[in-house]
Amino acid sequence: MTRPILKWTLAAAVAFAASSVMADTLKIGAVGPKTGPLAGGAVVTYWPNVQLWAHDVNARGGLKVGDKTYTIEIFEYDDQTNPAQTIAAVQRLATQDKADFILPPYSTGLNLAAAPIYDRYGYPQITSTATSDQVEKLSGQFPNLYITLGSASGIVNGLVDTMKGLRDAGTLGNTIAMVNVADAFGIELAEAARPAFKEAGFEIVYDTSYPLGTQDLSPVMKGAKDAKPSAFIAFSYPPDTFGLTEQAIIEDLDVDVFFTAVATAFPAYAGRFGAAAEGVMGIGGVNADDPAFQEYAARHKDVTGNAPDYWASAMVYSTFQIYEQAIEGAGTIDKAAVAEYIKSHDFDTVIGKIAWDEHNNNPAYWTVGQWQGGVFRGVASTGRDGAVKPIVKDGWK
Amino acid sequence: MTRPEVQSLSIGTVLFALAACLPFLSDAYLLSIGVTIAMYTVLATSWALFSGPTHYISLATAAFFGLGAYTTALGIEHLPYWLLLPIAGVLGAVLAALVGLATLRLSGVYFVIFTLGLAELVRQIITWGQNMSGTKGLYVLTAITEEHIYWQLTALAALVFLTGWLIARSRLGFAVRILGDDEEVARHVGIHTARVKVLLFMVPGAVAAITGAMLAPRYVYIEPAIAFTPMLSFQVVIMALLGGTGRLWGPIVGVIPFTFLWEAISGTFPNQTTLLLGLAFLAIVYLLPNGFTGLLEAARSRLKGAPA
Repeated sequence: MTRPILKWTLAAAVAFAASSVMADTLKIGAVGPKTGPLAGGAVVTYWPNVQLWAHDVNARGGLKVGDKTYTIEIFEYDDQTNPAQTIAAVQRLATQDKADFILPPYSTGLNLAAAPIYDRYGYPQITSTATSDQVEKLSGQFPNLYITLGSASGIVNGLVDTMKGLRDAGTLGNTIAMVNVADAFGIELAEAARPAFKEAGFEIVYDTSYPLGTQDLSPVMKGAKDAKPSAFIAFSYPPDTFGLTEQAIIEDLDVDVFFTAVATAFPAYAGRFGAAAEGVMGIGGVNADDPAFQEYAARHKDVTGNAPDYWASAMVYSTFQIYEQAIEGAGTIDKAAVAEYIKSHDFDTVIGKIAWDEHNNNPAYWTVGQWQGGVFRGVASTGRDGAVKPIVKDGWK
Repeated sequence: MTRPEVQSLSIGTVLFALAACLPFLSDAYLLSIGVTIAMYTVLATSWALFSGPTHYISLATAAFFGLGAYTTALGIEHLPYWLLLPIAGVLGAVLAALVGLATLRLSGVYFVIFTLGLAELVRQIITWGQNMSGTKGLYVLTAITEEHIYWQLTALAALVFLTGWLIARSRLGFAVRILGDDEEVARHVGIHTARVKVLLFMVPGAVAAITGAMLAPRYVYIEPAIAFTPMLSFQVVIMALLGGTGRLWGPIVGVIPFTFLWEAISGTFPNQTTLLLGLAFLAIVYLLPNGFTGLLEAARSRLKGAPA
């Protein structure tokens, strides 16, 4: 623990020394949950990246804007996972703190609640944790709103294609047990998956949902096992992703594809299940062999003390890089000019190149990843480089 | 109308006219605080109309609020916005009547538990509906601005105050006062206590639902976790208690300082917000059991030299 702290102190000292010479500071706002239902996710994927990004920018001397250099100072607020508080905090940043730029809030609901305020003051809002199937409508109403994480249908298509590939290779059967958490994203994914699996010729032999926060998932797993599927697909949230995997090990569920959704890409997943995680598929993924990602992961661990996850973490940091590159590229801190620059340029980030479609949407994102050799590697995407070949799940030992 | 009544009515009118001018200051930050104050004024005042005299603590505000938010979210594509507000009000009143019929015959503590569960119940029903239909969150994309929402809330607040004032002058208000003092006595003099309580409970139900319907365009995206936040119910209770429920204007005396306190705490201590708010709750309950109005009245009677 001492090493990161020492590094931090040094970095802060360097940043402080630099800022006292240049005396120019850019005020950057950050609003996200530190308490409330979404705090658990935000503390893993959002806040460490805010800290890391500020550290990275200041450690390299700050943002070079025209002939000036700005160090950045983060103004952060806890929105308590409450949209009214997100609105209040973004309003406070815009009008009281006079923030130069405001990083995007966390989650779909909180991002959209704040979108009218970003829009009114002309702040670009490059979201990293929002998904939407209504991008056309949204970009019409909020021209400075960007979506990067992808959509449920994209993720489901990635999963179906991956399984089709395995089936065509003769390593996967035709029957699927499918379960979902009865909440927002879980519902949306399951709804998209049912017709997609059917169309691809798969047979869903078991289909059920369980309420958010279900502690005992053993009936769900027993039901799935009794149906003798060749693939088990769960559109799950963090607690149940762990719970279902645990039950699968207990029941020694014998399937060729085992897929759980949110949190499968967390380092804690492999930490908890060790070798049993090998071959587990999950939502998201990264190009784990890309040196840009590897450097990012190493810095993340150094600066924040924890490894990033293999999905949204890098996406969050990438959107911060877009702000960074757009401010430097536009050569001004004028919001309108930076917004214009964002709209008309592509960006090189830790997840690779991000180029917008006509609806301010990032069309290229990872959809399915898999634990292979202790690393969660992307196996399917909508146009990212570096996908590895998927393997079949070979027991839980 | 008696002279003091005319006086208080005209003072009220002037104050509301002044409050309605806030958006003309064109300070967006003040306006956003104004929306919060207006919202909690509406919720806390209507809450106190029922819970003040009856001493039944209702934690159902979030249930009605969420119901109203969903009314707007589901209806905005099909019906004009202005029609949705009365529909939300009717739905809220009906839900309140159903809950009241089921629980208001029971003693206080059962009611509290039931109302706390109600928000969760409604939320689970909506989640179940989503799971069946496969829809996720709902979008409320409108041209309604913060100013519009503020004016709507201010008008609703005026309506709530007028309702409270009228109830206090009516047979219903008289019955409620007796009921609040001693339910046994009320029953013996022939007051249908259950009906009185149900009727009265429909007021905060309808008002909270309309408030939810008005706020939905501000949130843009409606999903169960956003519409049914249990914190809302507790905040309304704490603000009303801080102000005091003995007077119609009591809750607003709590809402205004509490909103500024909340803003100050969230702005200054982003990492300890929830902790400090909890401490503030404790301090209010321990130090101001009768709220600010209780404090003011104690001071007034001390000035007059009368025993408090």
